[in-house]
Amino acid sequence: MEKKMAFAAGSGTAAQVSDDCLTDDLFERVGISEQESEKISRESVSYWKDAMRRFRQNKVAMASLVILLVIILMCIFEPIFGPIKYDTQDYDVTNQGPTLQHIFGCDDLGRDIFARIWVGGRVSLAIGCIGALVSLVVGVIYGGISGFCGGIVDDIMMRILEIIVSIPYMVVVIIFSLFLGKGMGSLLIALCVTSWTGLARIVRGQIIELKQSEYVLAARVLGTPSFKIILKHLIPNTMSIIIINTTFAIPSFIFSEAFLSFLGMGIQPPLTSWGAMAALGQQQMTYYPHELIFPALAISVTMLAFNLLGDGLRDAFDPKLRK
Amino acid sequence: MDANALIHVEHLKKYFDLHKRGTLMAVDDVSFDIRRGETFGLVGESGCGKTTCGRTVIGLYRKTDGKVVYDGRDIDSMTEEDRFHFKKKAQMIFQDPYASLNPRMTVEDIIAEGMDNFHMCQSTKERQERVYDLLHQVGLNKEHAARFPHEFSGGQRQRIGIARALAVEPEFIVCDEPISALDVSIQAQVVNLLVHLQREKGLTYLFIAHDLSMVKHISDRVGVMYMGHIVEQAPSNELYTNPLHPYTIALMSAIPVTDPDVERSKKVVPLEGEVSSPINCRPGCRFASRCKYATDRCRQETPVLKEIAEDHFVACFQKE
Repeated sequence: MEKKMAFAAGSGTAAQVSDDCLTDDLFERVGISEQESEKISRESVSYWKDAMRRFRQNKVAMASLVILLVIILMCIFEPIFGPIKYDTQDYDVTNQGPTLQHIFGCDDLGRDIFARIWVGGRVSLAIGCIGALVSLVVGVIYGGISGFCGGIVDDIMMRILEIIVSIPYMVVVIIFSLFLGKGMGSLLIALCVTSWTGLARIVRGQIIELKQSEYVLAARVLGTPSFKIILKHLIPNTMSIIIINTTFAIPSFIFSEAFLSFLGMGIQPPLTSWGAMAALGQQQMTYYPHELIFPALAISVTMLAFNLLGDGLRDAFDPKLRK
Repeated sequence: MDANALIHVEHLKKYFDLHKRGTLMAVDDVSFDIRRGETFGLVGESGCGKTTCGRTVIGLYRKTDGKVVYDGRDIDSMTEEDRFHFKKKAQMIFQDPYASLNPRMTVEDIIAEGMDNFHMCQSTKERQERVYDLLHQVGLNKEHAARFPHEFSGGQRQRIGIARALAVEPEFIVCDEPISALDVSIQAQVVNLLVHLQREKGLTYLFIAHDLSMVKHISDRVGVMYMGHIVEQAPSNELYTNPLHPYTIALMSAIPVTDPDVERSKKVVPLEGEVSSPINCRPGCRFASRCKYATDRCRQETPVLKEIAEDHFVACFQKE
């Protein structure tokens, strides 16, 4: 109908298009039906799908994810299939710089740094992941109970948490390594004991906020029992924050491990980690800088990738937070 | 107590303990009846306790004192089974359509939540049919069932909220400012839907709002709240034509009139001062600090609702 009108107006001169040209039957009510107006043409997307779509669009985060996957796969498979074992000593090549055979060079005992990086990476990543997982489980349960129960339970649980926060974790690490001996076990326990508090606080705050939200009130009015409210309303709505925080927790664990190993309180030889390798390399820094550079690079790249991944996840899950 | 009352509220009190800062008296000695099939409007300014009153009546908040009687039975003395039944019969529609739907659940799961709790459906097929039927009743269609709340507009969300409340076949619905978060064109749509559903299903509403003309349109009787007290209660036409309490008079004079000539010549009764704090109130009329007729008696004694004309109650010493 519109086309016809345009044609009529376009073909005639101004004089010809008079009022009697535009008869009533040229006009037709286009009106849309009630049902039609309620239609949503966009394809239905769930929250997760939408977040994944936003995440895939984020090139930096996707690149970080690829880098992390490569690092993780190398850590798993290189020590199994690699040509040189990490603890093989070859005194002919001590402190040798990067060559074709030893692409990252060798350390002061003639061990291949390339092989050692991936073995050390296993320790660093394991500590990062296990630590983050433990702090996730403990933090979510502790914070969830505290926030959901509220009142006196919340008060007591938060005071206990504050006491734990107030103890410096160096002290905890030293105490544990005194009793359990230095090594991965005591390091992990010490880190886990002190690290869950941040997540517990965040989860508690989130649960308290959600507990008063109208959809939880609506669920109460509808007679939904508490465990169902927790499972169907509270947990799904805190999930994104939990995931984001866990992603940020992994690099901080890796760094803590590296830092403590650097100080000699972490991993003991012959086992190694990135921190321990950096500590060894630091002694040779002036003459053989490659012994420090490669472990340090491994730490930096991994931490950067985890942080950028966390940023990407945060933007994907919670676009409101983006500037 | 009205023989025909579905909900009878007597001396209802809801105080919030603020620890060292005292007690917040959100709802203080409120009594009213809601008859079967009618709409009781509750108006008042922000923070006067309307929402708290509604939530306490329905049992979301534990009341401090007083009695709520539903269909002749006191809620406190109900058996576990009756209380379960009451939960099914009394529902609520919330103020903010953006906050009252769980963003992680599909519309179907949102609407069916109550039906699942009361085991109203035997099979998933029946559940789905019921959801489609409810969506149709509120003017949406079945394609919407698989979608998520963020894909809907405010008015559509509010209608999903209404469908959720209707799903458990309630008799009594507390409408907690169901339209104040919507824009005007959608307000009419939602209010008309509520009126239509009331006629069809014989629902009883407690309609909480601060939009006076909307309350007049939908309510049979209206209670005016001020700082936790009901200061006047009357059939809606009576209240709007013949307000008696000084606070109601001021409120009514503030309603804009659509005729510009009338609007220009209209006399607005301005209120002096601010609402005083509802924390640790002393006896006395809550409105006394802003009332130009206030006497010493008003400041020392709390006026109670008295029937001045038929079904018209006022809590004011000046009108006795």
